[in-house]
Amino acid sequence: MQAYLVLEDGTVFNGKAFGATGEQWGEVVFNTGMTGYQEVLTDPSYCGQIVVMTYPLIGNYGINKDDFEAKSSFVRGFVVKEECNRPSNWRVSNKIDEFLAREGVIGISGIDTRALTRRIRNHGTMRGIINTGAVDPRELVEKAKNCPHISGQELVPSVATKEIYTVPGSGHRVVLMDFGAKANIVRCLNNRDCEVVVVPPTTGVAEILALNPKGIMLSNGPGDPTDVPYAIETVRNLIGKLPIFGICLGHQIIGLAVGGKTYKLKFGHRGANHPVKDLASGRVYITSQNHGFAVDKDSLPKEVEVSHINLNDDTVEGLCYKNLPVFSVQYHPEAAPGPMDSEYLFDRFLANINQHVAQ
Amino acid sequence: MPKKQGIKKVLVIGSGPIVIGQAAEFDYAGTQACRALREEGLEVVLVNSNPATIMTDANMADKIYIEPLTPQFVTRVIRQEKPDGLLPTLGGQVGLNIALQLAEQGILDEEGVTMLGTPLDAIRKAEDREMFKLMMEQIGEPVPESTIVCSVREALEFADAIGYPVIVRPAYTLGGTGGGIAKSRDELKAVAIRGLKHSLIGQILVERSVAGWKEIEYEVMRDSADNCITVCNMENIDPVGVHTGDSIVVAPSQTLSDREYQMLRSASLKIIRALGIEGGCNVQFALDPHSFKYIVIEVNPRVSRSSALASKATGYPIAKVAAKIAIGLTLDEIRNSVTGKTYACFEPTLDYVVVKYPRWPFDKFTGADRSLGTQMKATGEVMSIDRTFEAALMKAIRSLEVGIYGLQLPEMAGMSQEELENKVAKAEDQRLSAVAEFFRRGGQVRQVHELSGIDVFFLDKIQEVVNFERKLQQEAAKGMDKQTLLQAKKYGLSDKYIGMLTGLSEQQVRESRQSFGIEPVYKMVDTCAAEFEAVTPYYYSCYESETEAIPTDRTKVVVLGSGPIRIGQGIEFDYCSVHSVWALREEGLEAITINNNPETVSTDFDTADRLYFEPLVVEDVLNILEKEKPQGVIVQFGGQTAINLAKPLESAGYQIIGTSVDAIDIAEDRKRFDQLLTQLDIPKPPGRTAFSVKEAAGIAEEVGFPVLVRPSYVLGGRAMEIVYSQQELLSYMERAVKITPEHPVLVDRYMVGREFEVDAICDGQEVLIPGIMEHIERAGVHSGDSIAVYPAQTLTQTQKEQMVDYTERLALALGVKGLVNIQYVLHEGQVYVIEVNPRSSRTVPYLSKVTGIPMVNLATKCALGRTLAEMGYRGGLVPDAGLVAVKAPVFSFGKLLDVDVSLGPEMKSTGEVLGVDGDFSVALYKALLAAGTEFPKQGTVLATIADRDKEESLPVIQGLVELGYKVCATRGTAEFLKQHGIEVEAVNKVGEGGETIVDLIKANKINLVINTINRGKEPQRDGFKIRRSAVEHGIPCLTSMDTAWAMLEVLYGIQEGEVPDLIPLQNYIDKRQELK
Repeated sequence: MQAYLVLEDGTVFNGKAFGATGEQWGEVVFNTGMTGYQEVLTDPSYCGQIVVMTYPLIGNYGINKDDFEAKSSFVRGFVVKEECNRPSNWRVSNKIDEFLAREGVIGISGIDTRALTRRIRNHGTMRGIINTGAVDPRELVEKAKNCPHISGQELVPSVATKEIYTVPGSGHRVVLMDFGAKANIVRCLNNRDCEVVVVPPTTGVAEILALNPKGIMLSNGPGDPTDVPYAIETVRNLIGKLPIFGICLGHQIIGLAVGGKTYKLKFGHRGANHPVKDLASGRVYITSQNHGFAVDKDSLPKEVEVSHINLNDDTVEGLCYKNLPVFSVQYHPEAAPGPMDSEYLFDRFLANINQHVAQ
Repeated sequence: MPKKQGIKKVLVIGSGPIVIGQAAEFDYAGTQACRALREEGLEVVLVNSNPATIMTDANMADKIYIEPLTPQFVTRVIRQEKPDGLLPTLGGQVGLNIALQLAEQGILDEEGVTMLGTPLDAIRKAEDREMFKLMMEQIGEPVPESTIVCSVREALEFADAIGYPVIVRPAYTLGGTGGGIAKSRDELKAVAIRGLKHSLIGQILVERSVAGWKEIEYEVMRDSADNCITVCNMENIDPVGVHTGDSIVVAPSQTLSDREYQMLRSASLKIIRALGIEGGCNVQFALDPHSFKYIVIEVNPRVSRSSALASKATGYPIAKVAAKIAIGLTLDEIRNSVTGKTYACFEPTLDYVVVKYPRWPFDKFTGADRSLGTQMKATGEVMSIDRTFEAALMKAIRSLEVGIYGLQLPEMAGMSQEELENKVAKAEDQRLSAVAEFFRRGGQVRQVHELSGIDVFFLDKIQEVVNFERKLQQEAAKGMDKQTLLQAKKYGLSDKYIGMLTGLSEQQVRESRQSFGIEPVYKMVDTCAAEFEAVTPYYYSCYESETEAIPTDRTKVVVLGSGPIRIGQGIEFDYCSVHSVWALREEGLEAITINNNPETVSTDFDTADRLYFEPLVVEDVLNILEKEKPQGVIVQFGGQTAINLAKPLESAGYQIIGTSVDAIDIAEDRKRFDQLLTQLDIPKPPGRTAFSVKEAAGIAEEVGFPVLVRPSYVLGGRAMEIVYSQQELLSYMERAVKITPEHPVLVDRYMVGREFEVDAICDGQEVLIPGIMEHIERAGVHSGDSIAVYPAQTLTQTQKEQMVDYTERLALALGVKGLVNIQYVLHEGQVYVIEVNPRSSRTVPYLSKVTGIPMVNLATKCALGRTLAEMGYRGGLVPDAGLVAVKAPVFSFGKLLDVDVSLGPEMKSTGEVLGVDGDFSVALYKALLAAGTEFPKQGTVLATIADRDKEESLPVIQGLVELGYKVCATRGTAEFLKQHGIEVEAVNKVGEGGETIVDLIKANKINLVINTINRGKEPQRDGFKIRRSAVEHGIPCLTSMDTAWAMLEVLYGIQEGEVPDLIPLQNYIDKRQELK
């Protein structure tokens, strides 16, 4: 079955449908990772987006039972050059086509994804429509122009937990504010013996403190950070009370909570090869990234400093309080997909907790 | 400026001659390194024995020493130049081993030379099996059960305990020399003996075999601040068991999930950190296809063949970055020269698939064992890039230039199912074609997987192509439609192959394709999957929607490269292509290169203005020309690969810049060539083209035996032989060539005599002859396998003048614009022309260097229409500068177990070295030493001399006796020598029982073998066994009396005393300038 992907600038791509059928709209973004499509598809941060994979062969190793970052997929569409329908890997449980169909995600293959990526790189992220029917692509372009922007969509509540639940552990209790957390964040804390209490994004300060946590973890999540003012408020009130560690959206929320500003990047950072420099040590780490917004360096108060920068474009990649055990990174130390080089940040968080407990 | 204090002058050690396991990749690496160091303001001293390299060009380093890569000679360079630092990790295993030896001998400490980059300790930890294993255990990285032994007995004990099969790997070798898999006690005995012999330290590793697991490699970089990145990972299509140099490799990995990818990536980083490497390193893993279990197979603490591949596959300049790290820069300080914006501290990401395919020498060594194992056999490789695996694979196959255009070998169609299954099961060069044939017969992926161990992912893809081929044939029968043809192109099928499948000509397919508007587009290799704008002009074709290679409005010239390194067409042609590109750029033209060899300087991202990484076949080249619309194409520097394209490109309407296609044809078409010689009244050995066996016999009768027979249109003397009788001639015709009117055979009188070679540059008016070279071995030994001496030592003035005259007249008559190579034989005082090649030859780099004349530069400019006069040169023979330069061939016989080492008309060498000195015998000594010859100062010579050569051998053997050598000989030779008063011990031939020659060789009782072939009489296998065992035991084996003479000369020379001061290349050029 044929399918269209159209962009708001009028570009029309004609390909072959796989996965689910129908029509979807979303923000079209590209990811440059060569592996890890299963994690990408199940990363709630991609909610509201049509994801283009720049690596041309997707589905080679199938879908397995383990590498899920969430129970379901929140991407609005999946765009590839070649969809592999004869996967090979010892863990294969499904083909990617079957998985997308089950998740209701429309896939399109046979696209010159490099041409598409270059377009996004040059014009910036655009809205797009993916459609598997017999339609006039010109109509789709009109729809694309009129569909909502990513900001203002309030995507977090649709992917975050609605109820508090606990992942048992024998060590410190950590509250994870879930904005659409990847499962590996929980695993990373769990591997460090933490008992993880996952709470909805709207959970208030009193409620969180009543859980008697030793540290607060702010998760990743989709969309514009200014769309979660309630969480920003909560975090503002938690700062100074407990050690806090924020990842991705969690990092942006800290940035906003301390009075800083965020802005939308031209086409974001999505992939597994972004170099980030730790300004304290001078060391560079290759990181896994997925974000379309960033914290404005010049908007930060003096008690908060930029701890990490992106070596490619100098954007802010990490923040820390000078005198408080509060820090955050824009990238993904939990990896999955991507390099595991930054897992040490979880150890740092644990060290902060231990120190706090000792005091 | 470099961060390391006190480092102003750096010594770089090259990798020496091209041998199997060490090809052009180290020229690319060394060249990048030298440039990178000079960019940082350092003075660079380079030592390398290989003259056919870009790195040994005068402008690549401040001082260049073309000297043998032995500890003694490198020590002398150090003492002469007093460098502050030594960069050992860019010259392959050879460079690394020498650096280690110098460190161990205390020379580096003594001379105050700091080892730059990866510390010595790290190199030892990676190279020494035991230390490596220990370290891996300490950091918790799995290694296979193994033991390190110094004797066969210990090896057997271990293997008996853990069970077979086991892998044997000798310590400190390259290309896995001497290693192998042993499936039984007996096999292990043989492999262990060989391995112990080849190890530099008499040590082998015996380990449990994980044959059948996936083989995955990572290229990793680390700097002194402990920043680590992986440049690329690669997956071998062939499972563990086949040497990675002989494996078809895909980048990035295709069958690994992110979990597996990151698991191995993390392990690589852990390993490079634990070792403390500063620079590049390669980590090889075996990964269980059914679990997360893996083992670390090997670590190379240096730039390697794989890193060259990774560099070209990703666009990340590993060697350059490694050199900068070595002098103290950190990854975040080094710019990514591909994007110009980002830094070297990132990981390239690909949005295409890369396939590397090895180029094996089995087309030349037809009798050789084609099985692939732990001993590498390929001489070179091709790389291809496309957006799908299938298309990249198909491009790689046609890039090999082995006469196949898809996965289809005609001879396999006739094989029985059993034969075919064996072909599928056995790791051999043609396995993928067998797999395709198996599918063509309806075989299942599962079966092939069980037989071959190849991952089903790759098999599915091959099956898909085979299935599509069938569909294509069905569709074509109905009249080809656009959709099917477009699909064929997306699968990477060439027009020629589509034609073969559908009964059309290549031209017909092309026309029908173009009538449908099906054209390739070109995408850029940019390290970042289009995330950032890139400035690197480096393209590959694919059938997609958007092209990125927008032609500029400059005047453009295309230089065709020479493809994979193979016997007969080596690195020399890459050297020439690169120089041609540089000359074009000097002329203000846009230079565009097309090539597919990832090991070379010509495919480096900043050599040409624009590079197309594409197959060198008509279709792919024409596609580029149609887009770029160049002023013309230069074919004379890319070896036979490029020459073969001249005619079709011209027919398609493109101008061949330089010597005309017609002139090329005159030189190659025997009849036209003979006519020209007759017109010019230049003599040549009598002979003609034969179109049938009968005709060949007639010509031979007429010109008289011995005759030289060969198929027309070949390079490197393939299937060329000297035959001495009608009977031999007939047997040759049956065995070596199928003579047909389309494929005639040349039959010429074989004239015994000394051979000379001239490379000249002609602008159409004048002919500049930089020099005349003389071959040590007489005509009959392929010129590429002969020791060549510049200037010619034995010519009279008249003979010289005659050669100059012939050269001038031939070049002018052919209308050569650029380079021409002419070979002469001097027979009974008369000069005859043997061969004219209106293109660059393999002696051009060597001659350019010794004479200081930038031959390719001048030739390129002549081709463009400049005159020699306006460039400050004039015609005629250039007088020599008083230096003697000897080029010696280097063979890879140690790696090809069943190839006969005797020299003949068919070329067998893989590389070459140069020895330079004011004195002939010293130059010869250096050349032979650099070629790896050991000079026994005393000991026993074994002589088995053919009747024909007995007289001639007498003075040589007498000379050896005078020098104090003992002589032993086979019965006939011994009797002859005794008759002439030489004391000799007779020894038994192989069949004669008792202690035989081979036993003596094996027992290390022989130090030098002189064995000439007694054609037709001696049982072939006897001489063969002698020669083979000599090579395998590292004993010099001379198969030509001329080489024996040269050896004697050197032995006399060594006894006389010390070698004089070493002369840097820059100084021989100074001498030349004075003379100009």
